[in-house]
Amino acid sequence: MNIIIALICISLTVALIFLGLFLWSLKSGQFDDTYGPSVRMLFDDKKKKK
Amino acid sequence: MAFEVKEQVVCYHCGQLCEEQGFKSEDKIFCCYGCRTVYEILNENNLCEYYSYESTPGINLKYVSEDTYAYLDEAPIKKKLLTFNSDSFARVSFFVPSIHCISCIWLLENLQKLSKGVVKSEVNFARKRVAIDYNPSVVALSEIARVMASLGYAPQVNLSEEKKETTSSKDLLMKLAVAGFGFGNIMLLSFPEYLGLEGTETTLKNLFSYLNIALAVPVTFYSGRDYFSNALQSFKQRQINIDVPIAVGLAALFFRSVYDILSHTGAGYLDSLAGLVFFLLIGRWFQSKTYESLAFDRDFRSYFPLAVQKKNGNEWKPIVIYDLEKGDTIRVRNWEVMPADSLLLDSEAYFDYSFVTGESKPVRVKAGELVYAGGRLVGKPVSLVVEKKTSQSHLTSLWNKEIFQKSGESSYRKMIDLAARRFTWVILAVALITAGYWYWADASQMWLVLTSVLMVACPCALALAAPFTYGNMLRVFGRHGFYLKNADVIERLSKIDTVVFDKTGTITNGAAQLDFIGVMDDRELAWVKTLTSSSSHPLSNLITKSIAVNSSSPVADFFEKPGRGIEGNMGGHHIVVGSAEYVKFTGFLPEISSKVFVSIDGQVRGYFKIETSVREGIEELMKSLHSKKVAMLSGDSEADHDRMKKVFPATASLLFNQNPHDKLEYISALQSASNKVLMLGDGLNDSGALKQSDVGVAITDDTGVFTPSCDGILEGNKLSQLNRFISLSRSATSILKTGFAISFFYNIIALSFAVSGHLTPLIAAILMPISSISVVGFSTLAVNLVSNKTLRS
Repeated sequence: MNIIIALICISLTVALIFLGLFLWSLKSGQFDDTYGPSVRMLFDDKKKKK
Repeated sequence: MAFEVKEQVVCYHCGQLCEEQGFKSEDKIFCCYGCRTVYEILNENNLCEYYSYESTPGINLKYVSEDTYAYLDEAPIKKKLLTFNSDSFARVSFFVPSIHCISCIWLLENLQKLSKGVVKSEVNFARKRVAIDYNPSVVALSEIARVMASLGYAPQVNLSEEKKETTSSKDLLMKLAVAGFGFGNIMLLSFPEYLGLEGTETTLKNLFSYLNIALAVPVTFYSGRDYFSNALQSFKQRQINIDVPIAVGLAALFFRSVYDILSHTGAGYLDSLAGLVFFLLIGRWFQSKTYESLAFDRDFRSYFPLAVQKKNGNEWKPIVIYDLEKGDTIRVRNWEVMPADSLLLDSEAYFDYSFVTGESKPVRVKAGELVYAGGRLVGKPVSLVVEKKTSQSHLTSLWNKEIFQKSGESSYRKMIDLAARRFTWVILAVALITAGYWYWADASQMWLVLTSVLMVACPCALALAAPFTYGNMLRVFGRHGFYLKNADVIERLSKIDTVVFDKTGTITNGAAQLDFIGVMDDRELAWVKTLTSSSSHPLSNLITKSIAVNSSSPVADFFEKPGRGIEGNMGGHHIVVGSAEYVKFTGFLPEISSKVFVSIDGQVRGYFKIETSVREGIEELMKSLHSKKVAMLSGDSEADHDRMKKVFPATASLLFNQNPHDKLEYISALQSASNKVLMLGDGLNDSGALKQSDVGVAITDDTGVFTPSCDGILEGNKLSQLNRFISLSRSATSILKTGFAISFFYNIIALSFAVSGHLTPLIAAILMPISSISVVGFSTLAVNLVSNKTLRS
């Protein structure tokens, strides 16, 4: 009985953490440009190694 | 004339067709000097990787003039542009419309290799912006802008730039996240109730219910806030829109559930409530998609330069055009736009007024004559004295018209709101009748039944039908080169019965058609080509491109008189190419169109007739528009009358010499005769008409360039599809009506439960999502089916 209450509290807390993380990532602009990063990782860095 | 058949060669940089003998560097061939220069800059700096991500990624450079960006170093301008500024670090964000591919991102993010002092640059592809961190003590802002422009990535600077729009879409996403979170958890906590927890575990049951309330509060009052405030606003305006029944339904759901839970009479309908808000917000989010990098509401200011060279004592200094005063002496360079009505100081100059009047031929202005703001200088730099401030100029007076004062919201009544109004009255009647019945039959049940009716009446499915139908259609249109400002435009487009065209740039396009009228053999043609290829004048370029034979003999004594003609000696012959006066042609000129004359050894051989060509597919378009009224408005003279007559159907009215005001008046005259008008145009001179019309569509061959404020942007090569788009929008409207019917069907079922007092939380929790999902599914499927059928064929 008590364990169910504890579990519910934990699950809600975890869910709240995820909600908070999502809101934070949204606010910090991680969804502003969804195309750029996907191609940026393909650029070669060979200039730096030279 | 016999032409050699050649293999087609494309420019290594920009991919345009070009001459094999064109500009070469190493083994690469370029179409023009500009493209070759860019390649050489990149090559020197070891940046040729640029060409490895996409083939021919470059942008054809047209007019780059030195120190165009000098004004960027003026303190007041810098202050507005820089988001951060200190002695050794500054940050600026430029809008660069020519960003279009992976190579662009790569090159712009390697800007530090080209311009010392740039620390970091980052491209936002969706918004076509580049954020640049740089060291202002090493490099000036104008220098960075100049480097970018020299590569074809000219930043577009706009001081009156709108504050970032993204905040509203972020706000919506946050509300959606909260609603989704609430929905999921409330549903989870409601399951035990539905599965029969009753009786035995009252503590758990109460705990779940209270948690549900706690979760439902932010869902209702944060995520659903807009519905309440919109409903309140529509009450104030004494109009009922779709948000009114939604807000009433949400309120009924929330308070009835709280009452049920606190009084221990039931489990409440909180899962239905959260689901409702979640679905509604998804609909809103789906509809809110816009084309961020396209600008639909530019006004005349975007056409003007930001700054102009002003004489200050003995030196020229850049000054912001709003600070120009009467009597200031200014200097304007080739291809710059006049910022204010001014008097010419130099002996003569040519101005292209195509922005203002649509007339494409440059106008000759003599010393002391007035040059209107908006004219574009063609030729050598000239000095002028400002006559009127920018805000009072001839061109800007158009914007003082009433139509531009109105806010964005038109008086147009949307179908959804018309449906919602009827719906609301019906629901109100049903609610009152049932309340009356239950008051007489069983007074204790009256409030419960009344709230049930209001709850299920919440037109969630109705509210979702429009966003998904029009939102999907908007995406389909976008994929086919027709970008709309928002989904509402589709509804207006479906009612169009009159189509009005602009001529220059809409019916005709930039590409010119060239015919030589006269006698010349291949050898002579080749000489002319060699001669014209030495000149950078646009007409010379056209002639160079049109002649296919080549000559190896060099030009001697080349001489160019800007704006008049060129001459030179080749193979012992003196060749002159230029205007009629320049080659001393004295014969009779049959018609008024652009001509370039050729004379060899003092003898006039004939002329090149230059006509802008009619866009491909216009005939097809005209055929498809047969059921609609068609008209054409042109700022040009009647020279093209006969040609246009062939293009347009016999019933079309063709009007010439129309100034921007005339165009606007013409549209509003059509509208007062209760026509729904679609206006297609491309220039600033059409902007009044575009704004006045029911749907104003700008035609462009390059979505990155200026388009006047409009409801939609159509790619030039898709113009022939116009009627298909119109008929698609009509299909969208009938799909929407079917969606309404489906949603009413569910509402009737739910209402029958509610009226008879049998609406349990479980039934509500099943019925509401089913109705929403079936409406969404139907409209998405139907739109895709219809659009595939219409646009593929």
